[in-house]
Amino acid sequence: MSLTYHLQVVNLLAALLLLIAFAMLSQRRIVALITLLAWQGVALAASTAIVAWSTGQHHLYGSAALTVLLKVIVIPWYFFRLVRRLEMDREVEPMINVPTTMLIGIALVIFAFNLALPIAQMAGTVTRSTLGIALASVLLAFLMMITRSKAMPQVIGFLAMENGLFFAATSATYGMPMVVELGVALDVLVALFVLGIFFFHIRETFDSLDLKHMEKLKER
Amino acid sequence: MGAGRALVVRSQCSWAIGWVRPVPETAPLDWAWGVVLYWLALAAAALAGRRQAARITRWILPLGALGGLLMAGIGATALMLPPSAFVLPMGLPDLPFHLRLDALSGFFLLLLGVASFGVTLHATGYFRALAAVPLAELALWYHLFLAGMALVLLADDAYAFMVAWEVMALASYFLVTSDHAVPEIRRAGFLYLLIAHVGAVALLLCFGVLHGGESGHARSYAFDAMRLAETTPAWASVAFLLALFGFGAKAGLVPLHVWLPEAHPAAPSPVSALMSGVMLKTAIYGLLRVTFDLLGVTLAWWGVLALALGLASALYGVIFAAVQSDMKRLLAWSSIENIGLIVAGFGLTLIFHVDGKPMLAALTLTALLYHALNHALFKGLLFIGTGSVLHATGERRMGRLGGLIRTMPWTAWLTLIGALAIAGLPPLNGFVSEWLLLQAFLLTPGLDRPYLNMVIPVAAAVVVLAAALAAYVMVKFYGVVFLGRPRDAALQQAHDAGWPERLGMLWLAAGCVLLGLFPSFVVEGLAPVTRQLIGLALVNDGNPLLLAPIAAERASYAPLLFLGVVVTVTVAVFFGVRRLFHGRVRRAAPWDCGYPEQDACMQDSAEGFGQPIRHIFSAFMRVERHTPDPFDRHPEYRGDSRDRLWLLLYRPVGEAVAWLSERTGRLQHGRIQWYLIYSFATLIVLLVFVTG
Repeated sequence: MSLTYHLQVVNLLAALLLLIAFAMLSQRRIVALITLLAWQGVALAASTAIVAWSTGQHHLYGSAALTVLLKVIVIPWYFFRLVRRLEMDREVEPMINVPTTMLIGIALVIFAFNLALPIAQMAGTVTRSTLGIALASVLLAFLMMITRSKAMPQVIGFLAMENGLFFAATSATYGMPMVVELGVALDVLVALFVLGIFFFHIRETFDSLDLKHMEKLKER
Repeated sequence: MGAGRALVVRSQCSWAIGWVRPVPETAPLDWAWGVVLYWLALAAAALAGRRQAARITRWILPLGALGGLLMAGIGATALMLPPSAFVLPMGLPDLPFHLRLDALSGFFLLLLGVASFGVTLHATGYFRALAAVPLAELALWYHLFLAGMALVLLADDAYAFMVAWEVMALASYFLVTSDHAVPEIRRAGFLYLLIAHVGAVALLLCFGVLHGGESGHARSYAFDAMRLAETTPAWASVAFLLALFGFGAKAGLVPLHVWLPEAHPAAPSPVSALMSGVMLKTAIYGLLRVTFDLLGVTLAWWGVLALALGLASALYGVIFAAVQSDMKRLLAWSSIENIGLIVAGFGLTLIFHVDGKPMLAALTLTALLYHALNHALFKGLLFIGTGSVLHATGERRMGRLGGLIRTMPWTAWLTLIGALAIAGLPPLNGFVSEWLLLQAFLLTPGLDRPYLNMVIPVAAAVVVLAAALAAYVMVKFYGVVFLGRPRDAALQQAHDAGWPERLGMLWLAAGCVLLGLFPSFVVEGLAPVTRQLIGLALVNDGNPLLLAPIAAERASYAPLLFLGVVVTVTVAVFFGVRRLFHGRVRRAAPWDCGYPEQDACMQDSAEGFGQPIRHIFSAFMRVERHTPDPFDRHPEYRGDSRDRLWLLLYRPVGEAVAWLSERTGRLQHGRIQWYLIYSFATLIVLLVFVTG
């Protein structure tokens, strides 16, 4: 009984995750995007913690704590700082208009659910029904990366994709081994700093963070 | 223990001189490995001492030459001893290098040592003019090149072989491009590197096939395991074709020859000498090693293929050699011809071997090994001879040379020996090997294959044609460069080669003469190699001074007798004329047939001499010519014979690659979104594929 109750909470959080992914797809302001990323982290951490509690997988507490630390506190804080220093809190126009993007997103969600069906049947976890949502949020984040031309939303999309992958791992197999998770967390952190440095350099070179300008780098 | 080993030796070398040779405490393989390390140490020393040019020419290069002499001794010893092998405590992780020294490796080490000694001696003089840093780099790559070639011959597993092969290829690439400021040289180097690597890939695949994946019990890249692996005829054919391609690319078999005429003129002369004389032979070594040693089966059609390719190379090479007007390019084409003859011999050996005629197979194999050794000597000699000419005059184009026999007598006379040898004139060495090869062709009608029996006489005719044209080429080469009158006033000041260069040339010339005068000893020396490869050695029917390969009554050759007759007749004519004409010497301008004004430019030029050949074989080449009109104030004539294979085979491939890469280049937009879409689409397609 308690399992189904927990399961419903997890499903709710998963739905929230998907909702946030769609919100990110339609959001034009960078600050709001960062906030959404932080909320996605919260939903992810909460669902991980509930899965840990209901199934007794204690190492998942660790990854939930890591998620809170990294994706709710450190990364958004770092991004807010970057936005302030680079003065780029402006509306960013996506390259494809928002309704079209949303429609493509819906198609992707349907595809992801179809895709997850046979995998979910094989998985032995209680949370297997959320696998489709996890895949959908990965694909949506990818779509977001494609439709934005500025550097910052792309990095946010990259991190959202990582969130989706993390959620997929939790729902399909109760998370990855701790070593892998720590490694991935470290990777994300390092990537973040590298990208932060790149932001400065790109802006210095092109006077803008719009990646359109990087087209001239191609070989003739 | 000592007695037991001595017994083994006795049975192995009872053919030799009849005395039992005690096994030395250290096997020749240890010594050979020692020389390799010694060369590597010299390479390192050259790099360390790159500030002092004098130290390199005075110490490092002569010491390297000494290594060559040592290697020759080791090779000669290894010919008489049973094979020895050891595993090096180094190499790739978990895959130590295996080394082995048997008669075949011994013979090629001998070749390497003899040729490299003479060439390196010459190099000590030749490189004296270089500045310190380029000289040090050159000495570094030079010794790495020598060590790489020696390791190729010693390697006993595919990894060690490929590593050594690549060391050899890369070191020679850097030697070729040592004058890398010139764009043509860089281009030539690139072409060489490209073909060398395409060939190396084929070799890698060949070893992959040989490794006998399907049979199960071999599963190792050591040559010992490959010898035991059982390959089906189909896979063996694949391995052979790959080996022929890979080694053919290194040897310069048509149509993979295009790098040779480019790389040889680009490289410094001693390097050309080593590359042409020795490096091409490592490919022959590899071909023999893979075909007769590693592959368990041999098929007759392989021999036919090798024979056809070899003959094509021989003819193609010699025709193009005849129309060249650059000394080193001419010699490079002549190398293609000689390699062609050797590979033709290899093909014939295979045919005889499969057909169950071991006697004839032994004859052909002996001929091809003999020719390989000869070519190392005379081509090395000719290349360093042109090096001395180039050094003295700064000119490679034959149209600007001439009459050098008066200003450079040493170089001219020593080069003459090489030219006569390569032209296949008795009593020099080139004659013996070509004669042996022709004997093999003439004995072919005993084959059980009617078709081959009909075709082989044609092949023999091609060999004769190639040999005759080679003589023509040498008349042109020698006549234009050394005889006649100097075509340029500056040539009067040309200085002769210094003593180190002379010594190097003397060494190689002496080799040419000795190998020509005492062929029966050489044939006996080659016996262990043929015995190792095909189980039978050529028996000399005559006495030590008479070479009679199959039966004395069929064909025999006594070089000393020949030399005696030639010398007697020459001396008799000389003194006869002297006596009869009472020394009435009249000095006049040569060929002055009543023309009051005649200058050096009116002599027969390289282009003019090659013109008949260009006309007869015009189907092979495309002649691009620029002729001036009669009123031109500064008339200029240019004629260039282009390789038709380059136009037919290489250019389409190059254009196809350029076209494809341009198409592929369109994928590159520079927009990060497009790149993301590429990966997104790939992801979606893969996911659909997984679920579907």
